[in-house]
Amino acid sequence: MSDEKTGHENGRQAGTILIRRHSVVTRVTHWLNVLCLTALLLSGLQIFNAHPELYWGQYGADGDPAFLTIGSAEDKDGLRGFVRAGGIEVPTTGFLGVSSFEGEPTARAFPAWLTIPSDQDLATGRRWHFFFAWFFVINGAVYLGYGFLSGHFRRDLAPRRGQLSASYLWHEIVTHARLRFPEGEEARHYNVLQKLTYLVVIAGFLPMMLLTGLTMSPGVDAAFPALLDLFGGRQTARTIHFITASLLVKFVLVHVAMVVLSGAWNNMRSMITGRYAIRESGPKA
Amino acid sequence: MTRISLSRRRFMIGSTLGATAAALAGYGALKPDAGGAVLRSAEQLTMKAHRLLQGRGALAREFLEADISPSFRVNGSTMPDSEEYAALLDSNFADWRLKIDGLVVQPREFSLVDLKKLPARTQITRHDCVEGWSAIGKWTGVPLGSLLRSIGLKPSARFAVLHCADELEKTLDGSGRYYESIDLIDAFHPQTILAYAMNGKDLSVGHGAPLRLRVERQLGYKQAKYVMRIEIVDSFSGLWGGNGGYWEDRGYEWYAGI
Repeated sequence: MSDEKTGHENGRQAGTILIRRHSVVTRVTHWLNVLCLTALLLSGLQIFNAHPELYWGQYGADGDPAFLTIGSAEDKDGLRGFVRAGGIEVPTTGFLGVSSFEGEPTARAFPAWLTIPSDQDLATGRRWHFFFAWFFVINGAVYLGYGFLSGHFRRDLAPRRGQLSASYLWHEIVTHARLRFPEGEEARHYNVLQKLTYLVVIAGFLPMMLLTGLTMSPGVDAAFPALLDLFGGRQTARTIHFITASLLVKFVLVHVAMVVLSGAWNNMRSMITGRYAIRESGPKA
Repeated sequence: MTRISLSRRRFMIGSTLGATAAALAGYGALKPDAGGAVLRSAEQLTMKAHRLLQGRGALAREFLEADISPSFRVNGSTMPDSEEYAALLDSNFADWRLKIDGLVVQPREFSLVDLKKLPARTQITRHDCVEGWSAIGKWTGVPLGSLLRSIGLKPSARFAVLHCADELEKTLDGSGRYYESIDLIDAFHPQTILAYAMNGKDLSVGHGAPLRLRVERQLGYKQAKYVMRIEIVDSFSGLWGGNGGYWEDRGYEWYAGI
């Protein structure tokens, strides 16, 4: 987020200047990440459909107590879908457990319109997943290397002194809840809620996805048996992989909502061209 | 709102990243075979990375008796559907022979009694199905490496192909017959055994009687059941679909360590 002023010289709009907000590395890795995470999520749902149950511990198969089941059952009214967790069963026919595939109600955990590929094909789903997992890892390594070396993390993402005090955080939360977004000079930098959220995603969720994913591989377990101890078993890692993926989906929904609410076009332009418009406070000579 | 903005967003990505990313993403979807060459390229990378990180000898985790699954799911074939197998089962596998041939110095046949007389290895390991479930069981059997050493391999030997008694899919040309293959690194791995016992008892029919492969750093579909013959080869070109296994011929990775 350098302060190179461009808009002012171009004299586009009185009182509005364009600042360079995002570096080219941030922008390219961001969009590649969108591509990777979309492919990973949708092919991941295809893989999940092959055995739509989650367990805790070292083992888990049909007959072992499941933490979560997305299932189907046949009764007099036909196929019905359900989600079962902790003894509670919720009917989800039409979406989870049973959904329409080529016009027929079909028993499948996630519906065809949400999976890559759309028909039930574990082999192809796995190929998509592992291809984009490599892509995601390489892209992430580029971003992390850049973030440390360029000072992007220190300059833009590390919270400033005083930003972590309870009163300041509360003030930020209240302001955000009222959908009042920073303007003027304040808009030059991420606010503390953005910083904390991005740090949790970059240093928490995404590495967690990678590590739990690796723990599901018998080959990686042989190379790094400590992963099994870290997560308490392959099935626990699989469950955490799924939970973290759903947290990432929630992050994306909130992220996109914030992008739209705080100025869809300005934000989109800054993530594509790097330039972000801010209104200068006070009269400018 | 979310769906609209998401799809708009996806449109933006496509136009922003341009042809490269779109081509990468679209390639697999357009190819009717399982994934296409670009997607398949990741498999080689995965296998090389695994071999680099784990080396030849890294062992799969071994567990304690207390960790054994209360039930071990039976998957795939539960009973080979052939008169030949039925006759072998009737005789309690007295007439069963494991044939080892191909690129070996001296082809040989072993009866079940022969195999049980050889030094055995017992291991409690986790079985990971490609579908996602896991089960833990105790396996006893003969290390494949010691059998191959006693027979001697020719210099051109590269893979061990396991021919099985079961047919998973009825096909006119017989290509539904189960077979699997591993390379010599896995064949000589200390935990790679030809198991004749599970959880202290003779192998049940559902779990692959009389003999199944355990290759513990790989997924369930590599753990071939009902092994009848081991053929040492230098390539897969003469075998059914040419991809080295029943599931590999149906789109799954040959390297099943992930």
